[in-house]
Amino acid sequence: MQIELKDLSYTYGLHTVYEVPALKGINLKIRAGEFIGLAGHTGSGKSTLIQHMNGLIRPTSGQVFYEGKDIWEEGYDLRELRTHVGLVFQYPENQLFETTVLKDVMFGPGNQGLSEEECRKRADYALKLVGIPEDLYETSPFDLSGGQKRRAAIAGVLAMNVEVLILDEPTAGLDPAGREEILTLIRHLRDQQGITIILVSHSMEDVAAYAQRMIVFHEGEIAFDGTPKMVFSHFRELEKIGLAAPEITYIMHELKERGLDVDVSAITVPEAKRSILMALAQKNS
Amino acid sequence: MGELTLGQYYPVDSVLHRLDPRVKFVGTIVYIVGLFQVRGVFGYLFAAAVLLLLIFLSKVPFRFILKSLKPVFFLLIITMLFNVLLTPGTVLWKWWILRITKEGLRQAVTMGLRLVFLVCGSSIMTLTTTPNALTDAMERLFSFLKIIRVPVHEIAMMMSIALRFIPILTEELDKIKKAQMARGADFESGGVIRRLKAMIPLLVPLFVSAFRRANDLAMAMEARCYHGGSGRTQMKPLRYRRRDAAAYILMAVFLGICIVFRITGL
Repeated sequence: MQIELKDLSYTYGLHTVYEVPALKGINLKIRAGEFIGLAGHTGSGKSTLIQHMNGLIRPTSGQVFYEGKDIWEEGYDLRELRTHVGLVFQYPENQLFETTVLKDVMFGPGNQGLSEEECRKRADYALKLVGIPEDLYETSPFDLSGGQKRRAAIAGVLAMNVEVLILDEPTAGLDPAGREEILTLIRHLRDQQGITIILVSHSMEDVAAYAQRMIVFHEGEIAFDGTPKMVFSHFRELEKIGLAAPEITYIMHELKERGLDVDVSAITVPEAKRSILMALAQKNS
Repeated sequence: MGELTLGQYYPVDSVLHRLDPRVKFVGTIVYIVGLFQVRGVFGYLFAAAVLLLLIFLSKVPFRFILKSLKPVFFLLIITMLFNVLLTPGTVLWKWWILRITKEGLRQAVTMGLRLVFLVCGSSIMTLTTTPNALTDAMERLFSFLKIIRVPVHEIAMMMSIALRFIPILTEELDKIKKAQMARGADFESGGVIRRLKAMIPLLVPLFVSAFRRANDLAMAMEARCYHGGSGRTQMKPLRYRRRDAAAYILMAVFLGICIVFRITGL
């Protein structure tokens, strides 16, 4: 088990008038190489949860284990943990600060105490992964386009050679082409590099198309945990907690109700297309 | 970063919370003026009684009032120490160049009490009034300065924007700090130079974001035809009610009593 959360609870503003419980007794196990989609309404606790995974927030109660070790035990090196569990915040381009793109990406490895040359190698590798061309290495990160900035910022985390990559709404505010690029990159990272991916997203379409496991949060608790197909089959309950299934799910259910024998569990467009064509062929024969 | 007490507003519903912010602002000044009138034991007891009554009325827990004394604690100690040691008069105790006089002790206690009462009194105002209501009150109270071309509205607007931005930038800084920590940044260890250097990854993004926000806000204000103070009305204009008038009368009574204490020297 790569990451394990045990009875994890967290309350904001403990012992003040503004006390708000954000997480209530979360139990969660994450295996190496999983691609997890994390969904939930704004304020459901997903952003708080992911910050527990690399030790940025200390739980009010409960434990966090990484590779079987309690990260809040005396003497555990949290900075070392953060080089294994990379966290890309929402709008990560807001963290860029160096004079050149290359230097900014070298910040992470530099903090790991690697030599200048090793840092450069890692940065070059990470920038190639995210598709930033070499002629941009020496420009100021503030001169990049929105999508490039975001990819450069993701490279800044990847350069630390992470084993787990957590991304909070990585496609927020990007145009469709930019979204596609980022999501393809994430899939590539998992398939080619074997990095465990935890993707926080509002877009059910994205989660449906990319994740193998889907966890839905509601008011600080896990409401659903399973394959996207299984979770989306509860689309009526999802609506009650302010979420929705992908558009396709609704179309398939509607078709079924109107008498076309389609597979209602289809959650992506290609799946739906196949199922509809098959149903039509059967009907005509 | 979470314990920033600049906006220390304590959200409960009390008589004091409901008062017009102008009343509370004037009231605080009246209380301070009254405080400097009294000099005898009974006068101070009276001032203390009024303060306790106000704290009771405000429904703010007593420890929040005490917390406001923390930043002035050293000032308090130093003021009292100087007064004890440097006031000339009947010597009670002497050692080397240090001596304590009867007048000095008296002076130190009075000064100490005044300072404590003053800070507690004004923190009752800040605890029961939101910073925005307070700037609103100040804008109205000082609007007479417009005659001598003081840009009262603009100053008040700048103050409320600054106040509004403090929590936003605090939150932003917290986010940036976490993002850099996620990249292995270390803000806790190392010498002064290293720690200062570690601030660069925080300050650059913070300034970039502050400028961006300022730009956005200016644009949004212009898009809504903001052009400064002249002819501008308010969405929630301050309006005096019965209780505000009653509060003003009570203030006058308080000040009267304080002046009586001053004249009789009690």
